[in-house]
Amino acid sequence: MFLRMIGRAVTRRKRKFLMTAGTVALGISLATAMLNVMLDVGDKVNQALRTYGANITVESRGASLLGDLYGIGEGEGVADKFLREAELPKMKTIFWAFNIVDFTPYLDVRAEAEGIGGVTLLGTWFARRLDIPTGESAHAGVINLKSWWDVQGPWLDDDDADGVMVGGLLADRHKLRIGDRIRVAVEDRTGEKRGAELTVRSLFHSGDKEDEVLLAPLAVVQRLSGLEGKVRRVEVSALTTPENDLAKRAAQNPNSLSRHEWEIWYCTAYASAIAFQIEEVLTESRAKPVLQVAASEGTILQKTSLLMLLLTVLSLACSALAVAGLVTANVMERSTEIGLLKALGAGDGEIVLLVLAETLTAALVGGVVGYVAGLGLAQVIGQSVFGAAVSAKGLVVPLVALLVLAVTTGGSLPACRMLLRLKPAEVLHGR
Amino acid sequence: MKNILELHDVSMVYGSVTALRNITLSIRRGEWTAIMGSSGSGKTTLMNIVGCMNKPTHGTVILDGEKISRLNTKDLTAIRRDKIGLIFQEFHLISYLTAVENVMIAQYYHSMADEEEALQALERVGLGHRAGHLPRQLSGGEQQRLCIARALINHPKLILADEPTGNLDESNQAAVLDIFHQLHGEGSTIIVVTHSPEVAEHAERIVQLEFGRMVRDGAPARSMVA
Repeated sequence: MFLRMIGRAVTRRKRKFLMTAGTVALGISLATAMLNVMLDVGDKVNQALRTYGANITVESRGASLLGDLYGIGEGEGVADKFLREAELPKMKTIFWAFNIVDFTPYLDVRAEAEGIGGVTLLGTWFARRLDIPTGESAHAGVINLKSWWDVQGPWLDDDDADGVMVGGLLADRHKLRIGDRIRVAVEDRTGEKRGAELTVRSLFHSGDKEDEVLLAPLAVVQRLSGLEGKVRRVEVSALTTPENDLAKRAAQNPNSLSRHEWEIWYCTAYASAIAFQIEEVLTESRAKPVLQVAASEGTILQKTSLLMLLLTVLSLACSALAVAGLVTANVMERSTEIGLLKALGAGDGEIVLLVLAETLTAALVGGVVGYVAGLGLAQVIGQSVFGAAVSAKGLVVPLVALLVLAVTTGGSLPACRMLLRLKPAEVLHGR
Repeated sequence: MKNILELHDVSMVYGSVTALRNITLSIRRGEWTAIMGSSGSGKTTLMNIVGCMNKPTHGTVILDGEKISRLNTKDLTAIRRDKIGLIFQEFHLISYLTAVENVMIAQYYHSMADEEEALQALERVGLGHRAGHLPRQLSGGEQQRLCIARALINHPKLILADEPTGNLDESNQAAVLDIFHQLHGEGSTIIVVTHSPEVAEHAERIVQLEFGRMVRDGAPARSMVA
């Protein structure tokens, strides 16, 4: 009979039922959208930030020590510390390989350029195809890593043996144009000068110190300097988890962690954990997270998540208030019916159960509709804000179920209190 | 036990208003009693007390051998459910349930819903053919008969009717009173609260209230109907 009463209340009081279901659906759709976006926003913000450059730099351990201890960044002692180019594809074999979005090596040498004088000749990969030891292949290079550079003309090809890109400031100062030919000479480690005539293929503005350099394929610079197979440093762009206390302690000294902490840290995509794993695969290397970038990412992520959470709580609170209003109005409207049920012998608990069951049925329908609508809303938010789809998180389903329950029972509380106070004599006989 | 209901010195005070004053009354099993009085005489208050929907501020009420005047709300609900059948002037039917479901709901809160028995109760009041209709599809008389069927379904010890013909025309009033006669003939105890002398005349005993006091208790007189 109980289910029959619920069924009749649902089918014969459709307007009220749909109003309650609609109210819950509205709140739950917003909550679903916000929760899905909130849980996915880390990846989305990370991906967005990854288009703004590297967050980990790698150099030889020796050069890094000189820098850390004596503040020496270049010159004798630093200049002869290198990483091995052949080992770089191993970075795509670490535990967090898929989080490494891009990387590129650099080799800088001093060169004498005809009509220009002393200049830095910087070698790098542009879009180098890598054959990874796992058998897969990938592309890495400066084209993706420095996507914000303003390039006039084409990017260089890694196999271009006589092409060069000229930094904007250097080009302006020496009136260099696309198509100009520059003769450069580089003194190798034995003191012998090696020269080449390079053609300006394009000009670029980076907004950084690269605006003063000649940028050439890594192989060209290695050949001219006699440093075949060597690179000075590597810039890595990786999707990371915002740093916390554990990550900061690990960054200072991984050995200070307990075994349990170490496992958590190692299996979380902290910048410091990825850097540590890079050091494991590159001989005599020192990988360092760019702390300003990591900290900014963490701050942006925390603030975005907080905003989402506040919006979720707000939407649910509004929904609960609306449900409270509807259920209370419903109880007031049906006070005679409820008084009658009490007069017929229904206990307070049975009446509360009846009203709650009716409301929960409406909320369940509203919750399902709201969840589906929320997934759609999440996609709209994802596409319009991040330009990418937001993946539906399984965790949201039980969360939404709990929220439906909380919103409905919370919203029904004032009505239930009213139910308990209602006396059959008052509503049936007006006294 | 001869008496099903005994009231000893019962009073009811709402704030500064005294609705009932020192009522002492006994109702025998199988008796049909009419409680009469004008508006404000205290008859509805008396019905609420006898119907276990209110407690007197003073005095003792004994229903079917059980002292109910000091019971808590939960126990009063149980007594009402098990021993009393309520009939209202306004019918108080649940609008979204069919006629048979309106009867079954009384069974459900009493013990267990039984559609077959509910249909028999509807047949008894002449509504068997209207079992699947909603209250709004029934006439006033049919709604009141449905209300009676609901009151009878759990075989109550006492049928308590509050102005049962107040909203009915003459023919429907006659139909309802016929049912009461039938129930009385079968030995049911009936208390009808009414302001109508025509309705009260059908009872075997009339209790008259005025300003909360019992001013008359006796058999109906022909002069009242005139």
